[in-house]
Amino acid sequence: MLSSEEIKEIEHEVAQVPHRKAACIEALKIVQKHRGWVSDSSLNAVADYMEMSTAELDSIATFYNLIFRKPVGRHVILLCDSISCWVMGYEKVYDAFKNHLGIHFGETTPDGRFTLLPNVCLGTCDHAPALMIDEDTYRDVKEEQLEGILEKYK
Amino acid sequence: MAQKILLKDIDVPGIETFDVFRKQGGYSAVEKVLKTMSPEDVVEEVKKSGLRGRGGAGFPTGMKWSFLAKPEGVPRYLVCNADESEPGTFKDRYLMTKLPHVLIEGMIVASYALGANTSYIYVRGEMMPQIRILEKAIAEAKAAGFLGENILGSGYDLEIYVQPGGGAYICGEETALLESLEGKRGNPRIKPPFPAIAGLYGCPTVVNNVESIAATSWIVLNGGDEYAKIGIGRSTGTKLISASGNINKPGVYEIELGLPVEEFIYSDEYCGGIANGKRLKAVVAGGSSVPILPANLILRTVNGEPRLMSYESLADGGFASGTMLGSGGFIVMDEDACIVRNTWNFSRFYHHESCGQCSPCREGTGWMEKILHRIEYGHGKMSDIDLLWDVQRKIEGNTICPLGDAAAWPVASAIRHFRDEFEWHVNEPKAAME
Ligand SMILES: NC(=O)C1=CN([C@@H]2O[C@H](COP(=O)(O)OP(=O)(O)OC[C@H]3O[C@@H](n4cnc5c(N)ncnc54)[C@H](O)[C@@H]3O)[C@@H](O)[C@H]2O)C=CC1
Ligand SMILES: Cc1cc2nc3c(=O)[nH]c(=O)nc-3n(C[C@H](O)[C@H](O)[C@H](O)COP(=O)(O)O)c2cc1C
Ligand code: SF4
Ligand code: FES
Repeated sequence: MLSSEEIKEIEHEVAQVPHRKAACIEALKIVQKHRGWVSDSSLNAVADYMEMSTAELDSIATFYNLIFRKPVGRHVILLCDSISCWVMGYEKVYDAFKNHLGIHFGETTPDGRFTLLPNVCLGTCDHAPALMIDEDTYRDVKEEQLEGILEKYK
Repeated sequence: MAQKILLKDIDVPGIETFDVFRKQGGYSAVEKVLKTMSPEDVVEEVKKSGLRGRGGAGFPTGMKWSFLAKPEGVPRYLVCNADESEPGTFKDRYLMTKLPHVLIEGMIVASYALGANTSYIYVRGEMMPQIRILEKAIAEAKAAGFLGENILGSGYDLEIYVQPGGGAYICGEETALLESLEGKRGNPRIKPPFPAIAGLYGCPTVVNNVESIAATSWIVLNGGDEYAKIGIGRSTGTKLISASGNINKPGVYEIELGLPVEEFIYSDEYCGGIANGKRLKAVVAGGSSVPILPANLILRTVNGEPRLMSYESLADGGFASGTMLGSGGFIVMDEDACIVRNTWNFSRFYHHESCGQCSPCREGTGWMEKILHRIEYGHGKMSDIDLLWDVQRKIEGNTICPLGDAAAWPVASAIRHFRDEFEWHVNEPKAAME
């Protein structure tokens, strides 16, 4: 079941497109925003509401990196592993994350606070290495700054 | 000082707001086209300007607009490609962050020229702050009467919507983008038909890059002929270059096409030379998809002429000794860079981002990643280098979209120009690992 808040937001997106189905990616993102990730039952609810089959919607959901079909932590860290960050020392930052949080890419800390994911170029290569936590971008990241950065996310 | 078109007001405080932008003369291109020009006149000016697509392929923008089909009773769409995710490319994000109204003004001009009443800006899902900036700019423009119904009393209606992407590099390819806009998986379509004939929901659609659209306001205000005077030969106008890697001054620079590469790398106006006093080793000049060139070939062509920042000069020598301007993602590597390692990074990226529709791309990118990994980590054989060459050759030209080519070219060029480094990794695995 979708909440009335979710339905309101989905309808706002539906109004911007000529066919209802075209808003399905946004609908998934809206549900994810409210629930953290897209579980099977969430997927079913969205499929029903958008008048699509579950299989069709799932093949769409799994195509996109920013739609999570597995539970994630309260905060998602996207660490850029593309070329400019790679050249400018991304590996040191990754190592620092591994040491500090005790997790590798694709994993979530046991307290459910952080999920760490690799991401393609974040479009801020002039300040590499770069990462995003939720919607905040961090640039020119040094290993020693990590602790302070993570502090802000509870 | 080189002429600035897109970034001319970048230092004006508050330029991201409608009021300041308007005081600087913003939206006068909209007034001009709606009050004094027919849509055909606008297309004609853009044709005259010689502007070429800034998303990477360099297709003439005015020509693309004139190819737009116009069947009766069928809507036409303009879609702005703001999915920028080519590693090493960050100019569109910069423009949208600092100068959102430059894009919105261009969107109105272009939509009018094409007869579109609904237009979309498809922005990468990772760029939430930019999405909000654009939504605010659209609301401001609408409040001032530059969007919505009967704009400036001209009888022309236009709505612009911002559509966030779902996080998939392939959705930058225009037909994958259209699929995604329709709420589907981003699988590229077979071209032709080009979107200009059958695009969004099968309707005639023009897809243009952020920078291409942004340039059109200046063109209609100053005339296509004025624009064509800037630049060199068929590379007219200015281009935003995203400079990153081992340089003193990484950032976005607006250059006049035709600037010597050497000046771009070493002058203080631009990259300011190689960082930490190191030497230049190699450059990827146009985003991760284009061939890498060693220092001598990026600075001069095989004929010994200075290499220029232009479509033609960068491509001089074909793939044997040249490269491409592409998206203008200029990635500089110093003497410490390991070409094998960096090529592995490129291959891993393309393997991950392949949509999987074509087997040469889906399988080939995986093979290349594996072979490169093995060479980099000291388990490679000499025959692996030839195998790698063979795999990349089988991908190129055998796929639906150019992602396959884009995966093949960095590998081919790395082997072509740096074969000794690959051999060294095979012969001296221990030394190479350090
Ligand atoms: N900016 C970025 O982040 C990235 C850019 N690229 C660039 O993308 C380029 C490849 O893009 P494509 O769209 O596949 O190239 P393309 O050459 O097929 O098309 C370029 C543009 O011209 C149009 N066009 C071409 N022939 C036409 C015709 N006969 N009638 C009407 N329209 C026509 C196409 O619709 C398209 O909009 C590469 O060169 C690469 O540099 C690649 C990856 C990322
Ligand atoms: C794999 C792939 C990714 C692409 N990504 C982008 C992109 O992020 N932005 C862009 O403008 N063009 C991108 N393109 C090129 C588009 O297909 C298309 O040529 C472009 O948006 C047309 O606009 P233009 O003529 O103004 O350059 C990509 C092409 C390919 C093959
Ligand atoms: S070349 Fe690769 S990315 Fe492009 S359609 Fe084929 S499989 Fe998909
Ligand atoms: S390569 Fe990391 S932000 Fe572009």
